Amino acid sequence: MSIASPFRKIHRTELRNFGKGIAFVSPWLVGFLAWTIYPIIASFYYSFTQYDVLNPPKWVGLRNYAELLLEDEKFRIVLYNTLYFVILGVPIGVVVAFLLASLLNNDMRGRSFFRTVFFLPAIVPAVATAMVWLWIYNPRYGLINSFLASLGQTAIPWLSSPKMAKPSLIIINTWAQGSAIVIFLAALQDVPRSLYDAALVDGANAWQRFWHVTIPMCTPAILFVLITSLIGMFQYFTLGWLLTGGGPNLATEFYGIYLYRNAFQFFKMGYASALAWLLFILVVVFTIIVFRSSARWVYYGGSME
Amino acid sequence: MSESTAERILYSPSAAEVAALRRRKKRRQLLRSIVLYVTVAFLSLTFALPFLWMLSTSLKDDPQVYRVPPIWIPHPVRLRNYPEALTKQPFDLFFLNTLKYAIPSAFGAVLSSSLAAYGFARLRWWGRDVLFFICIATMMIPFQVVMIPLYIIFKDFGWLNSYKALVIPTFFGNAYYIFLLRQFFMSIPQEISDAARVDGAGEIGIFVRIILPLAKPALAVVALFQFMGAWNDYLGPLIYLNREELYPIALGLQLFRSQFQEKLVWPYLMAASTVTILPVIIIFFFTQRTFVEGITVTGLKG
Repeated sequence: MSIASPFRKIHRTELRNFGKGIAFVSPWLVGFLAWTIYPIIASFYYSFTQYDVLNPPKWVGLRNYAELLLEDEKFRIVLYNTLYFVILGVPIGVVVAFLLASLLNNDMRGRSFFRTVFFLPAIVPAVATAMVWLWIYNPRYGLINSFLASLGQTAIPWLSSPKMAKPSLIIINTWAQGSAIVIFLAALQDVPRSLYDAALVDGANAWQRFWHVTIPMCTPAILFVLITSLIGMFQYFTLGWLLTGGGPNLATEFYGIYLYRNAFQFFKMGYASALAWLLFILVVVFTIIVFRSSARWVYYGGSME
Repeated sequence: MSESTAERILYSPSAAEVAALRRRKKRRQLLRSIVLYVTVAFLSLTFALPFLWMLSTSLKDDPQVYRVPPIWIPHPVRLRNYPEALTKQPFDLFFLNTLKYAIPSAFGAVLSSSLAAYGFARLRWWGRDVLFFICIATMMIPFQVVMIPLYIIFKDFGWLNSYKALVIPTFFGNAYYIFLLRQFFMSIPQEISDAARVDGAGEIGIFVRIILPLAKPALAVVALFQFMGAWNDYLGPLIYLNREELYPIALGLQLFRSQFQEKLVWPYLMAASTVTILPVIIIFFFTQRTFVEGITVTGLKG
C-alpha cells in the first residue's frame, strides 16, 4: 500500500462525482449554453449591426444605440410608458394582492372557494382575458359604461383615451394577481401564532399587530413578489398588444410591444437587439435597486436558510 | 379593545361580570365575522364579474347584447351561439394543435428538469453550487433579450412553422422547474439513497426507482405548469408560427376576433373565449391543491 494512494483515490472519487453531477445537469447545461448564453452574446453582436434577417448583418458600430438614445422620439415615449406602468402597476398589484391574502387568511368557511375565485384570473389564457376586457371596456355597451349610461352619467373612455388607457390596463393587471395572493397566503400562514399572542399581551390593537407583526414577517415574500412582478412588467406584451396595440396615440406602446414591432413587423433586428440589451440593463438595474433597498426593510427571522 | 389582558389577570371579576364580558366578546366576534364575510363575498364577486359577464354575453341574442342597462340573465338563452361560433373557425383544429405541443412540452419539462434537479439536490460535486446559482439567475433574463437570436437559430434549423421551436427547448430544462424540483428532492432523506448505493444501485437506478416515484406530486406540478403555460402562451406561437392551420387556440381566438373587423359579434367572441378558458378552469378545479403547493414552493423559498 503506497502513501499516495488515498489521495489519488479521493481525487478519483471527486472526479467521478463531478462527472456524475455534470451528466445529470447536462440537458440543462446544454440548453443554457444554446438557448441563453449564445442568444445573449448574439443579441449583443446584432445590436451593433443592421440586420433584416434576409441579408447578413452589417456592422454599424454604435449607431443603433445612438439613434435610440438621442434621436428616437418614440423610444422616449415608450420608456415613459413602461416606467409609468412599472412604478405604478407593480406596487398597486403587490398591495392589493397582500390585502386580499390577509383577508383570506382569516378563519372562515369557504376559504378555498374564495381563493379559487381570486386565483382564476391569473391562470386563464391572456388572449381570452383580452377578449373579455375588450368587451367590458366597450365604449358604449361595455359593462361599466352601459351601466353609467343608464344612470345618465357620461361614459368613461377606457381604452380609447390616451389618459385612461394605461390605468385601464393596470386595472386588469391588478385583477390578475392570483399567484401573488397564493404566495402571500402561504407566507401569512407561516407567521408564528406566538408573535401575535405576545403582541396581544403588550396591548397591541389589530392595526398595530398587522403593521408590526404581519408585514415584517412577510417581507421576504413581499420582496420575492416585488422582484418577479417587476421583471414581468418590464416584459409586458400580450394584453397590451391585443387590447390597445400600442394606442391610442402611443399611450400604451410599452417596451415589449415596441421591441416586437421593430423585430417582427419592421424586421429591424439590429435595432431591436439594441432595445433588448437596454431592456436587460434596465431590468438588472431595477432588480439591484430593489435588492439593495431590501436590506433596510426585509426582515429575515431566525429561520433564515 | 378596552381592557388589556394584563389588567384582566390582575383584577378578578365576579361571575356576572365574566358573563357580560363573554357576551360582549361574542357580539364583537359575530360582528367581525359578518363584516369579514360581506367584504370577502363582495370582493370575490367583483373578481368573478368579468367571467360571469363573459358567460352571460355568450348566451345572449343580438338585441340583448346592446341593452342599456345591461342584463345579467339572458332570456331567451341562446345556446346556439356556441356551435355557430366554434364552426366559424376550425376551433377543433386549434384545440388539437395546442395539445400537439402542450403535451410533449410538459413531458420534456418534467424529464429534463427532474434530471438537473437530481444533479443539484442529491449529488455532491465540485462547482455544483455555482452552477445552481447561475441557473437561478437565468430566471431574471427577460424573454425579449433572447427572443431575436432564438428566432434566427430556429429559422436556420428549419423549426419555424412547426412545433419544434415550441417543444424541443423544453427538453433542456427550465430554471423555475429545476428550482421547484430541487426543493422537493432535498426533502427526501439522504439515507434512502445511501442504502441503495450500499446495495449497489447506480445513480440512474436511484433516480428512476426511488426519487422519481417519491416525487410524483412535484412532477405533477411541473407537468401542470408547463401544460397550462403552453396552453396560455401567445408570444411564442405568434413568433414561430404563421400558418393558420398550425395555430393553437391562443392565436386562433385572436384570428377569430380580427375576422369580424367592424361589426364584432360579441356573443360569438364570448362563446369562443368561454370554451378557451373552460379547460383551464376544469383542470384547475381538479388539481387545485397541487397548483397552490407548486406556487408556494417556488415563491417562498426564493
